[in-house]
Amino acid sequence: MCETKQPDVAKIDVAYVANLVRLRLDEDEIRALQPQMEAIVDLIKKIDELDVSAVEPTSHASAVTNVFREDKARDGIDRDRVLANAPAEVDGQFSVPKILE
Amino acid sequence: MSFNFDSLTIAEAQAALVCGAYTSEDLVSALIARIRTRDSALCAYLTVDEDYALEQARAADRARLAGKEGPLLGVPVGIKDLLNVEGQPCTCASRILAGYTAPYDATAIARLRDAGAVFLGRTNMDEFAMGSSTENSAYQVTRNPADADRVPGGSSGGSAAAVAGGEAIATLGTDTGGSIRQPAAFCGCVGLKPTYGRVSRYGLTAFASSLDQIGPMTHTVRDAAIVLGVMAGRDPMDSTTLDVPVPDYTAALKTDLKGIRLGLPREYFVDGMDDDVRSRINDAVEVCRGLGAEIVDVTLPHTEYAIAVYYVVATAEASTNLARFDGVRYGVRAEGATDPIDMYGKTRAQGFGSEVKRRIILGTYVLSGGYYDAYYLKAQKVRTLIRGDFEAAFKVCDAILTPTTPTPAFKVGENIDDPLKMYLNDVFTATANLAGIPAMSVPCPPTELGLPVGLQILGPAFGEEVVLHVGHAYEQAVKK
Repeated sequence: MCETKQPDVAKIDVAYVANLVRLRLDEDEIRALQPQMEAIVDLIKKIDELDVSAVEPTSHASAVTNVFREDKARDGIDRDRVLANAPAEVDGQFSVPKILE
Repeated sequence: MSFNFDSLTIAEAQAALVCGAYTSEDLVSALIARIRTRDSALCAYLTVDEDYALEQARAADRARLAGKEGPLLGVPVGIKDLLNVEGQPCTCASRILAGYTAPYDATAIARLRDAGAVFLGRTNMDEFAMGSSTENSAYQVTRNPADADRVPGGSSGGSAAAVAGGEAIATLGTDTGGSIRQPAAFCGCVGLKPTYGRVSRYGLTAFASSLDQIGPMTHTVRDAAIVLGVMAGRDPMDSTTLDVPVPDYTAALKTDLKGIRLGLPREYFVDGMDDDVRSRINDAVEVCRGLGAEIVDVTLPHTEYAIAVYYVVATAEASTNLARFDGVRYGVRAEGATDPIDMYGKTRAQGFGSEVKRRIILGTYVLSGGYYDAYYLKAQKVRTLIRGDFEAAFKVCDAILTPTTPTPAFKVGENIDDPLKMYLNDVFTATANLAGIPAMSVPCPPTELGLPVGLQILGPAFGEEVVLHVGHAYEQAVKK
């Protein structure tokens, strides 16, 4: 746990983050996003005012933890109907650009 | 045959359909004609499938003749473009899903279908439900029926405008930080966000999975109660739904508030709030007092942190949920990619609009190496404090009254270049999503300029009955 770490807002590397999430941004977009990200992160840093070291996190508002069902096969959506939305399809499968030479 | 679509309710339409005053086909035909003449200006709908709607209406009429009954049998509803209706488009108002056809019904849709509802068309929204004005739709800008220069709110702006503008009897919206309640307040209709886990999210395109809920947008609180009753309940396809009995919500709709304690949180009556909004809410409190409610002061001390927590949690969840839009399995794929990584990057660059990109970047940033504990984990902890505020408040009151929004609807274009200002629209609504509790916006009398104002009523988890009861009593008192 490194609760005390104070990230440096000035160092948001928008291009680096965009690459992590596979989003190609052009130079203009990166330039526009830089001050906006800094302003938003500045707003978010308001939570640093609170000492929450003794507080449990809430990941979910509902009271359930594990939900089990019988391990029994059931039908999914028909393959042809799924593939009807695919941008490219070959032999009943999704087709993508070549991965290995 | 003439219909007063500006105010026609589900309850009225159902009574007329039952006694044979008109058929569902008459009703749906008239509504389609009205949409044809009006929606080119309002732009509430992305698409209306007239043949499909009429086919369902005729099927409902035949079912009625065969003895079927149901609270929504033959009643036309509009559906936010984020919810899957089998065989219909579901673009989420995004270019990345242009041409997508839903291969199945969302559970909420299947339940409406079983109750006899007629699906009219797809209502406009902010792309992937990210926005407070519906200006982030990739396709069109929806106008506020009360003033065409103003936004309808968002993200369920098309659903709110369709109801308030008399282009639907009821619609479904979704609410992650206020996306049902804020447009309901801006347009002047009822909008209910149920308790997290009350309505199945299966078939709802996920924005922030721990916050999203589907809810009704209607002319009256009674109609909201009817639609909620049809949709609510456990669903094996969504393991976050709870096995809590679904009551007859319409039975809760009493017109006095004797014995009800209503809390007023001082943190929601802030400086900078619009004077008209403040006076309408103060009037509403007095109306409720006059109906027998006891008014008590409550405190929700962590309210000021809600927007910060919301924009960490919601964007973090969105950045992971939207990873599925990569050009492989559905939607639009960018041309000319040389390898899969290139394809993902180009597809997402071309397919997403600027607000969606902004939130994906922010969400990825707060989850990225070294920042997870500082932002995401910390926000989840503050979320616990916000939930705790409500739990404590509901020990001394049955429901809480606040304004839904700090101001009435703003003008088209007014906030579009200022994301921070736009985000502050959620200041009074995001808390209910973080706490997972039900909340509803009910129209107050409009401002001097004729702009709608919303009264927000919040209740404890699975306390929809008290929220609907208070809303109905207030609505009936104001109507007189």
